[in-house]
Amino acid sequence: MEAFRTLTSRTFVLPQSNIDTDQIIPARFLTTTGREGLGKYCFHDWRYGQDGEKTDHPLNHSDREAERILVAGDNFGCGSSREHAPWALKAFGFDAVVSTSFGDIFRSNALKNGLLPVQVSPETLTLLMEQPATEVTIDLEDNEIRFGNHVERFETEAFARLCLLEGKDPLGVLLDALPEIEAFEQRAGSMS
Amino acid sequence: MSGKTLFDKVWERNVVAEEREDRPAILHVGLHLIHEVTSPQAFATLAERKLKVRRPDLTLGTIDHSVPTLPAKEGRLAYTTKAAEEQVARLRWNCQEHGIELLDLGDPRRGIVHMVGPELGRTHPGMVVVCGDSHTSTHGAFGALAFGIGTTEVGHVLATQCLFQRKPKTLRVQFEGEVPADVTAKDMALAVIAELGMDGGTGHVIEYAGPAVRGLSMEGRMTLCNLSIEAGARAGMIAPDAVTLAYLQGREGVPADFVSACDEWLSLSTDEDAVFDKEITIDASALQPMVTYGVSPHEAVPASSLVPLPGDLTSASALDYMQLSAGAPISSVPVDRVFVGSCTNGRIEDLRAAAAILRGRKVADGVTMLVVPGSEEVKRNAEAEGLDLVFKEAGAEWREPGCSMCIAMNGDKGEPGQLVVSTSNRNFRGRQGEGVRTVLASPATAAASAVAGFIRDASAIRRRAA
Ligand code: SF4
Repeated sequence: MEAFRTLTSRTFVLPQSNIDTDQIIPARFLTTTGREGLGKYCFHDWRYGQDGEKTDHPLNHSDREAERILVAGDNFGCGSSREHAPWALKAFGFDAVVSTSFGDIFRSNALKNGLLPVQVSPETLTLLMEQPATEVTIDLEDNEIRFGNHVERFETEAFARLCLLEGKDPLGVLLDALPEIEAFEQRAGSMS
Repeated sequence: MSGKTLFDKVWERNVVAEEREDRPAILHVGLHLIHEVTSPQAFATLAERKLKVRRPDLTLGTIDHSVPTLPAKEGRLAYTTKAAEEQVARLRWNCQEHGIELLDLGDPRRGIVHMVGPELGRTHPGMVVVCGDSHTSTHGAFGALAFGIGTTEVGHVLATQCLFQRKPKTLRVQFEGEVPADVTAKDMALAVIAELGMDGGTGHVIEYAGPAVRGLSMEGRMTLCNLSIEAGARAGMIAPDAVTLAYLQGREGVPADFVSACDEWLSLSTDEDAVFDKEITIDASALQPMVTYGVSPHEAVPASSLVPLPGDLTSASALDYMQLSAGAPISSVPVDRVFVGSCTNGRIEDLRAAAAILRGRKVADGVTMLVVPGSEEVKRNAEAEGLDLVFKEAGAEWREPGCSMCIAMNGDKGEPGQLVVSTSNRNFRGRQGEGVRTVLASPATAAASAVAGFIRDASAIRRRAA
């Protein structure tokens, strides 16, 4: 799994709240059997008109190399369980998303793909929204987000954090637990 | 010590290893449902790591999202893209390779992933049910702990039959009193989401309780639990009772010793003195048929009311997208298309409710209506009752089972700018096709709107006839 320790980059701001996974990647692009190449569909219907031409949405003018932190309104990633959403955001060039809250399944999916969801206070979000393209440091080792003179601590579920810091694969840990799993199944009867 | 909730009891039954500071609990999965869209990358991970599916016997596949709903012509289905067809072929191959039962095209038991578990009696009270699909919450209607997972986790479950999970918080939604005649489970659900907001349930498992919930059929309970995710909750649950047992009795997948299983299942209800992290109460007797007017399911009001003013809950941009004017009567909104179907409202009871409105009436000029049964079983039962004829005579199209316009991946979709009254679960921008404006409603409201050509609840149509 891809590791994440610290990231210093400029922000890109999407002020909307409740950005759902259908906005992040519309369902008609889910007919893929791979994980790769989804960047071009990221926010597709915001970035392209119905005629297929690029719109003048700010996403089309963002600097994909320099703006790797997405700052978005409350409840980012609500909606479906599609892991294609974090795959698309990563491929588009984001390594972290900062918001006041996240859809549960989106958060869990993002953490498994090296896309760090950073949950901040409404005050911090407002500051970040007011100054787009701010240089921000997200430090997972110290659990801090820093910009200018501003510092805020954020929480990341302990196990997911460990996996990210060490680039450790959670499946390996589950496989190590197979004896316990088998013992459980025996206790519980045939479980079928 | 206080008592236990339904959720606590189900959680405890399925915990392999308790959660620790540095590691979530390991939860055992009793039924893993898979479909073509969110599984291929998980099987690819297994192949890369040379792992097998550990419990194919607890895994069940179906084909629903990408499949066309028009019958095959000369033996060929009209897939929208080659990729969609390949996705279906890949699932078939993966299931064969790993010995997983697949409800393939042509199987009389095939259906939408959240229809088939219950129909086959594979969804049991007290079980953990997961699927790479957020509406897995549907199965909570049986008193199962059922939630959607991402594709990486699908891989975890395939390889180990388990997944990591932090214990969520609990939220009880208590319905006081009885619902009025025209109010359905869908209306109850939209009222809950409107009350909680789009993220009011985040981090929580909802238990629905009260006489109005007890009064629902299993079909209605599934509709209610299905929509839990639209308030941000990962799961919704209802304690098993006589209605649950009557539904399951005689179905293919129930335990051989059904009677003793029943005794155990009935013990799962929430103790009187159990404490929830959060509780809300809804006056069921004051509910009315609901519709959405915005671009999120929580933007819902009674069909007989006015489009609300932009405020805390609704943005001006949502009304802009929907081309609705604040203060205008909802009943003045013209309808282009109507969709009845999906894992929210594609069951026999839903089709009966829509047919009851359409019988002897016609879909209004200029309106197209699509009725898509949620499963082969629903299709058969509906045809046995002659509902397909009612729909066709009214001018609606009757299709083959699948997700269809709920997610618009298979070619069934609206045109840009069209207003679709839909019995599905999401009115997000573009969900039913680029630029499509979706209004969520119950099957009765959808059918009444098809007849009127404007958004209407069923009582408005009956008044017109009287
Ligand atoms: S009907 Fe809609 S919500 Fe249900 S499984 Fe299919 S796409 Fe998902």
